[in-house]
Amino acid sequence: MAHVAVMEPPAAAERGAGVYNEKLGMWVFLGSEIMFFTALIGGYIILRVGAPGPWALPGKVLNVPVTAFNTFLLICSSVSMVKAYASVVDGDQQKFKMWLLITIICGASFVGVQAYEYTHLIEHGFLPSGYREGSELAEKAAQGLIPAATGGIYGSTFYTMTGFHGFHVTCGVVSMIWVYVKALRGGYSATDYRGVEVIGLYWHFVDLVWIILFTVVYLV
Amino acid sequence: MATTAATVDQLSHAGHVDTRSFLRKYIFSTDHKTIGIQFLIMSLVFLALGGTLAMMMRWQLGFPGRPIPGGSVLPETMAPGGVLLPEFYNSLVTMHGTFMVFFAIMPLLVGVFGNFLIPLKIGAPDMAFPRINMASFWVAASAGIIMLAGFLVEGGAAGAGWTSYAPLSETAEYSGVSLGQQLWCVSLIVLGLSSILGALNYITTVINMRAPGMTWFRLPLSIWALFITAILVLLAIPILSGAVIMLLFDQTIGTHFFQPAAGGQVLLWQHLFWFFGHPEVYILILPAMGMASDIIANGSRKPIFGYESMVFAIIGIGFLGWVVWGHHMFQSGMNPTLGQTFMISTLFIAVPSAIKVFNWLGTMWRGTLHFHVPMMHAVAFVAMFVIGGLSGVFMASTPFDIYIHDTYFIVAHIHYVLFGGSLFALFASITYWYPKMFGRMMSPFWGKVHFWLTLVFYNCVFFPMHQLGLHGHMRRIYDPTQYDFLKPLQPLNEFISIAAFLLFASQAIFALNFILSWFFGAKAEANPWKDNALEWTVSSPPPHGNFPETPTVYRGPYEYSSPEVSEDYLPQNKRLPTDRAPAPQPAGH
Repeated sequence: MAHVAVMEPPAAAERGAGVYNEKLGMWVFLGSEIMFFTALIGGYIILRVGAPGPWALPGKVLNVPVTAFNTFLLICSSVSMVKAYASVVDGDQQKFKMWLLITIICGASFVGVQAYEYTHLIEHGFLPSGYREGSELAEKAAQGLIPAATGGIYGSTFYTMTGFHGFHVTCGVVSMIWVYVKALRGGYSATDYRGVEVIGLYWHFVDLVWIILFTVVYLV
Repeated sequence: MATTAATVDQLSHAGHVDTRSFLRKYIFSTDHKTIGIQFLIMSLVFLALGGTLAMMMRWQLGFPGRPIPGGSVLPETMAPGGVLLPEFYNSLVTMHGTFMVFFAIMPLLVGVFGNFLIPLKIGAPDMAFPRINMASFWVAASAGIIMLAGFLVEGGAAGAGWTSYAPLSETAEYSGVSLGQQLWCVSLIVLGLSSILGALNYITTVINMRAPGMTWFRLPLSIWALFITAILVLLAIPILSGAVIMLLFDQTIGTHFFQPAAGGQVLLWQHLFWFFGHPEVYILILPAMGMASDIIANGSRKPIFGYESMVFAIIGIGFLGWVVWGHHMFQSGMNPTLGQTFMISTLFIAVPSAIKVFNWLGTMWRGTLHFHVPMMHAVAFVAMFVIGGLSGVFMASTPFDIYIHDTYFIVAHIHYVLFGGSLFALFASITYWYPKMFGRMMSPFWGKVHFWLTLVFYNCVFFPMHQLGLHGHMRRIYDPTQYDFLKPLQPLNEFISIAAFLLFASQAIFALNFILSWFFGAKAEANPWKDNALEWTVSSPPPHGNFPETPTVYRGPYEYSSPEVSEDYLPQNKRLPTDRAPAPQPAGH
C-alpha cells in the first residue's frame, strides 16, 4: 500500500507532527510569513498612531468599492480552492480541475484589478512618496480636503503592504498554474493530493492576510 | 519528490553504488552533508575576509594615519598611499560586522552544523526537503556575492554600521554611500530567504524524521539547540526582511518610513531591527552551546549533567530572547518604566545561562577528562562565555549601560560572546566533526598549538577593550588620537593591535591544518572520539543516504561510563538484552 503512505508521516520514524512533511513544512513556512506581514502591518500601525496629523478618511484617496469587489473575488477563490480540494479527495478529477482553474482565474483577476487600481492611483497622483506635485490629489491636499502632512507615509505604507500582498498572490497563482499543469497530467489522485492541499493552505493564508489588510488599510 | 517511504529506501541503497554525476554530487548536490560542507567553505572564506577587514581597522586604531604595510595595493578610493580614508574605515566597520554576523558565524552554526548534524544525529536519510536545502545554499552564496559587490561599486561598500541605523543609512547625504548601502539591503533580503528555507527544513526534519526510538528527550543537545535556533530564525528573519525592505524602499522609490520630516519614525527602524536582532544574538550562541554540550560530555566521559534542565534552559533562552530587545535602545529614548521592564527581562536571561554553565561544570566535575583538541576549545568556550555573559549583566542594568553605551566595552562584550563564545565552540565543533565530514583527522599537535595561541592572543585583544570602554573610548571612531582624553590610551590601543595581528596570524595554523588534513590527514575510523550519537555508527564520511538501514534508538546520547557495558561508551542504537524495541507505531498513523 505504498500509495497510501505518501499522505502519512514518513515511514519508519518516531511519532512527529502526525502529518506528512510537505504539509508540516507549509505550516512552518506560514509561521514565517505571519512574522513578515506582522513587521509590515506593525510598522504601519506605529507610523499611523504616531503620525504628525490625521490620516486620510476611508474612500478619500483609495477606491473602496473596486477593492471591495476584489476582496469578494479573493474570498470566492478561497471557496473554489476548498471545492477543488474536496473534489480531488473524492476522486472527481473533472470537478477538481474545473475548480482549480476557477481559483486560478479569480487569483489572476485579483492581481489584474490591483494593477488597474495602482495605475489609477498613480494617475491621480498617489505615489509611494506621497501626493505628486501638481496632481489632482496634491490639489485636494492643498485645499485641505485630505490631510497633507501624512500623505507621505500613507503612500509608503499603502504601496508596501498591498504590494507585498499582491506579490504573494502572484506567487500563489504561478504555483497553482504549476499544480494545474500537473493535474492535467494526472499527477493527483484521491490517495495523493499533497500539492493541492499544500497550495490550498498557502492560498487561504494569503486570503486571510488580505482580509486584515483590507480592513486596516481601506476601511479604518 | 517521490514518496517519502521510497526516498528512504532508494537513499539507503544508493549508499553502495553512487551513480550521481559530478555536478549533482559536488555542486548542485541535494545531500545534506555536501550542502553542509559547501556552507562550511563559504563561511570560512567570509570569516577570513571579515578578519582581514578587522586587521585594517586595528592598524588604523593602533597607528592612525600611518600607511598600512602593503596597503599600496588598495585603490585610491579606499586608501591613497596606503593610508585608510575615513569613509573606507566606515565601510570596514560595517562590512566586518555584516560578514561576521550574517556570512560567517550564522552560516557556520546554522548552515553548516544544522545541515550536517540534524539528519545524521536523528537517524534520517536526509533532510525533509533536499531540493529546498540545495536552494538555500545557492541563495546564500548569491547573497554573499551581492554583499561583496559593494566594494566594487562607486561610493564603496555600505558604511552605516552593521545595524544600519536610520536616518544615517537612508541617504548618501548622511553616510556618503548610495549604491553600496542598497546592495547591503538587497543582499540581506536574499540571505533572509535562504535562512527561512533552511529553518523550515530543519524544523520539519526534526519533528517528522526522527528514527524509531529517538524520542524528544533522547535528542542530543546540539539538535535541541539547532531546533530552537531554527524556530528563532524562522520567526526573527522575516522581521529583518520587512525592515530592510522598508529601508531599501526609502533609499530607492522615495517612501518615508524612517524619515521624520515626512512623518516617518527613525525609532521604528531600531525597534524592528532589534526585535529581530536580539533573537539573532541567541541564534548566534544557542547552537554553539548545544554542540559544546555534546563535546564536553564526550571529553568528560560522563553523562551530561542535568539533561532536562539543559533543554529547558535552551527553550527558556529562546523565549526570553523575544522580550528583551529594548535593552539595545536604553539611550534612544524610552519611557523609564519600559526601560526598567526591559532591564528586568534581560537580567532574567542570566538564569538559564547560568544553569547551562553550572551544568557544564557539573559534567566535568569528577569526570575522566580527555583533553582532545575539541574538548580544549569547548572548555575555553565555557570560560570565555562566562566573561562575556557577566559583562552582559553589566550592560543589562540601565544605569551602567548609559555610562558605557557606544564604547569599546560593548565591543569587548560582543567579541567575548561571539568570538570567545561562538567561535571557540565552532573551532571545537569543526575539529570534532571534521573526521565525519572528510574522513580524515585534523592534526592534534597543530590543533593544540592553534588553540593556545588563539586563547592567549584573543584575551590580549579583547580583554583590554573593557578598559578602553570604561575610559570612554567610543566605538566606530576613525582616529582616537584626535581626542585629548583618549591620547593616554594610545599605548593600550597599540598593544591591542599588535595582539590582534598575532591572533590573526595564528589562524593561519588552523587554515593550514584544515586544508592539509583534507588531503594528508590520518584516515579517520567510524568513531574516533568514542561517541554515542548515531552519526558515529556509520563510516566516515557516511554514505549518500547516511544509514544502510534505519537505526533503532534505545537511549539518550550521553551514556558514557555506563556500568552496563565494559567500554566507557554506549551507542544510542546498541541493543542490550534489557532493552525493549520501541513501541510499534499505531496503525494508520
